[in-house]
Amino acid sequence: MTTSAKWHNPLRDARDKRMPRIAGPSALVIFGVTGDLSRKKLMPAIYDLANRGLLPPGFGLVGFARRDWADQDFMKVVHDAVKEHARTPFNEAVWQQLAEGIRFVQGTFDDDQSFDNLASCLAQLDAERGTGGNHAFYLSIPPGAFPTVVNQLKRAGLAQTAPDQWRRVVIEKPFGHDLKSAKELNKTVNEVFPEESVFRIDHYLGKETVQNILALRFANQLYEPIWNSNYVDHVQITMAEDIGLGGRAGYYDGIGATRDVIQNHLLQLLALIAMEEPVSFKPADLRAEKVKILSATRPAQPFEETTSRGQYTGGWQGGQKVLGLLEEGGFSPESKTETFGAITCEVNTRRWAGVPFYLRTGKRLGRRVTEVAVVFKRAPHLPFDDTATEELGQNALVVRVQPDEGVTIRFGSKVPGNTMEVRDVTMDFGYGHSFTESSPEAYERLLLDVLLGEPSLFPKNDEVELSWEILDPILDFWARKDEPALEKYKAGTWGPPSADAMTARTGRHWRRP
Amino acid sequence: MIIDLPSTTTSQINSRLVRLRDEGGATTLGRVLTLVIVTEDGQRTDAAIDAANDASREHPCRVIVVARGARQAAPRLDAQIRVGGDAGASEVVVLRLYGELAKEGASCVMPLLLPDTPVVAWWPFDAPVSPSKDPIGQLAQRRITDAAAEKNPIKALESRRAHYAPGDTDLAWTRLTLWRAMLASSLDLPPYEKVTEADVTGEADSPSTDLLAAWLTDRLKVSAKRFKATSGEGIVEVRLGRPSGDVDLIRPDGKVGTLAQPGQPSRRVALQRRSVRDCLAEELRRLDPDEVYAAALRSLSKVAKGRAHSAKPEAAEEAPAVESANGSAAPKKSKAKAGS
Repeated sequence: MTTSAKWHNPLRDARDKRMPRIAGPSALVIFGVTGDLSRKKLMPAIYDLANRGLLPPGFGLVGFARRDWADQDFMKVVHDAVKEHARTPFNEAVWQQLAEGIRFVQGTFDDDQSFDNLASCLAQLDAERGTGGNHAFYLSIPPGAFPTVVNQLKRAGLAQTAPDQWRRVVIEKPFGHDLKSAKELNKTVNEVFPEESVFRIDHYLGKETVQNILALRFANQLYEPIWNSNYVDHVQITMAEDIGLGGRAGYYDGIGATRDVIQNHLLQLLALIAMEEPVSFKPADLRAEKVKILSATRPAQPFEETTSRGQYTGGWQGGQKVLGLLEEGGFSPESKTETFGAITCEVNTRRWAGVPFYLRTGKRLGRRVTEVAVVFKRAPHLPFDDTATEELGQNALVVRVQPDEGVTIRFGSKVPGNTMEVRDVTMDFGYGHSFTESSPEAYERLLLDVLLGEPSLFPKNDEVELSWEILDPILDFWARKDEPALEKYKAGTWGPPSADAMTARTGRHWRRP
Repeated sequence: MIIDLPSTTTSQINSRLVRLRDEGGATTLGRVLTLVIVTEDGQRTDAAIDAANDASREHPCRVIVVARGARQAAPRLDAQIRVGGDAGASEVVVLRLYGELAKEGASCVMPLLLPDTPVVAWWPFDAPVSPSKDPIGQLAQRRITDAAAEKNPIKALESRRAHYAPGDTDLAWTRLTLWRAMLASSLDLPPYEKVTEADVTGEADSPSTDLLAAWLTDRLKVSAKRFKATSGEGIVEVRLGRPSGDVDLIRPDGKVGTLAQPGQPSRRVALQRRSVRDCLAEELRRLDPDEVYAAALRSLSKVAKGRAHSAKPEAAEEAPAVESANGSAAPKKSKAKAGS
């Protein structure tokens, strides 16, 4: 018998582009299955994958939680979650096929018996459904519980594989709260699961627009010549949310916006925008470039002038009366947690020297938007009267990550009339206009990639540690000097005054996204 | 919004489209292709337009419907423009051609093609004998036909083979994608053995069944046998014979299939028959020539006829198991993107 490595499946052909990538036989175990993420994102994504025919016929889905549920109760929960949140229409035949593989294991993380039950449940699935001993463990749980769960998996023999089988573990942010804790976390996980079977979910990387950054930059001739400090003035990366933190105190208090968002999402976006062309799109090559650019990235000093942090206060936002952070349930009235964070980075490479990268994120900001704006320098000479170009700003290329995914280019155009007057206009590419209206959810893509063992879209441990190396000096400074002061900003605005000051000191300003 | 332009010309249609764009903002921006649908007036044209509108949600396009009317009538061009809610994410221009004009569809389509984007022609019902030589077919990079919708599907498929040109495709092939994916992934698992025989059973007039048998013949280098099913819809069963046991995929009711293979429990798989809109959306995803389809068409003649039998093929009569070098050229994995 030949082994899988030598086997060439005669029915597969690289030219056959219609053939979808179907995951091999496997089971997915979700810890923390009663959580919001699991109900709103994971379960619907699994159903959508099944509906698109991308899951194997014998797929198994196992929920693990403390609730005293039978398989049927869990099935009902999945059913309701799918009905409510799935992207594709509900199809009874698909559901029946999926439901046959749904199991529930009741237990707690510190209970050996629960994990033994899980092991026998998985063994049973392997026998009944043919999941082939391939198991992915999705840890949708607080990071504090990681060591317990990971070691329990090891103890119950769930981390060992026979030849031709795989075990993978999926973890979510936060990947630690500073460099030290991130290293510890990586160590804990890597002691049981080798790094190639650890999948860190950063759902932004599953978004079509983020993957499109690579296509935009490396498939086109148009942008590359100007993608450097000769033409680029600065880069702004924004992730703003209009919601507050009601009900998330347990997770958020003491963590703050900077750790929560900048460390993972925004620095990953920075890496994709700034990195050099990878040798190929193989996971290792892509990662090599990301690691290179992250290791060349430093926070710009002095921090009291190049960073900003704030905390939202209550008020009227978009027709609703909202609470300030300190009034939200669960937060201490003295909480120093920032809900707005902005930093300046410099990328010390030939391509980017002297180009500041401004990163900002916050809750209760003007609207929900994530975008990357590459702002270009002004033309060195304008052969117009001063009055003609008064209203002309800087050219910009904006990648809109969400919502309304697409790309905008801002440039000057003559205002119709008999005087020469130039004003900013935009040229728009909307994903929704040119391609599918219902592009797959990020979680669909990422879950499928986990089951296929395709690691390109998952940050690896060195990327996580490098991100903390960039952020740690700022976080230390904030903790030590309390400068810049934690300023209040009104809900529905674009952050505290210090955010504007940090760009204004070099004569720049934030875009209103 | 539906705008009727009776007895008109293409330049009037064009200026109306530009005016609509001015008034309605960006409603007609961002189109990725032009889809030309060719029908006879009075055929189920609206069903085809509906399918195109659905597909346009994934591939915003300009849809031009060429509906050929009575040849005896006086030459006349009646047009109808549909945009907004009446046209999905597309804009639809229906051209009804009468009299001599009915043969000159290409000349009416030409001025309405979007600049510098691909053109796809689709004959939802009867297709010309040689799509690539048809005047409208010549405008298009991609020509979609549907053998199953013609009066004699098996004959139509034979004609596709005889007149194939790169860029041709047929919905009978598109309907196979799920089957093919399921069969391919079943061979990803051990035992990694050569398939020595393949039986495909389906309705007598199902061109997809013939194509599936042809594809298996081409890929597996065995002469697949095609059986006529006595019950069921479309494709009913595929059996891949291997020394250690068969892979058997059965779909008796056109909805749910059962996959059985050695070393694995038998499992149900959702294999519902695909709607035209689904197939069309898949077709519009790839605009390059489909070489795998071409290879399958070429192998049609190598498919052996099996004798009619009931759903379960007994180890059938003489087995001309053609021994040949196994497909060492087959690369490991299809690099198809998720979402295809």
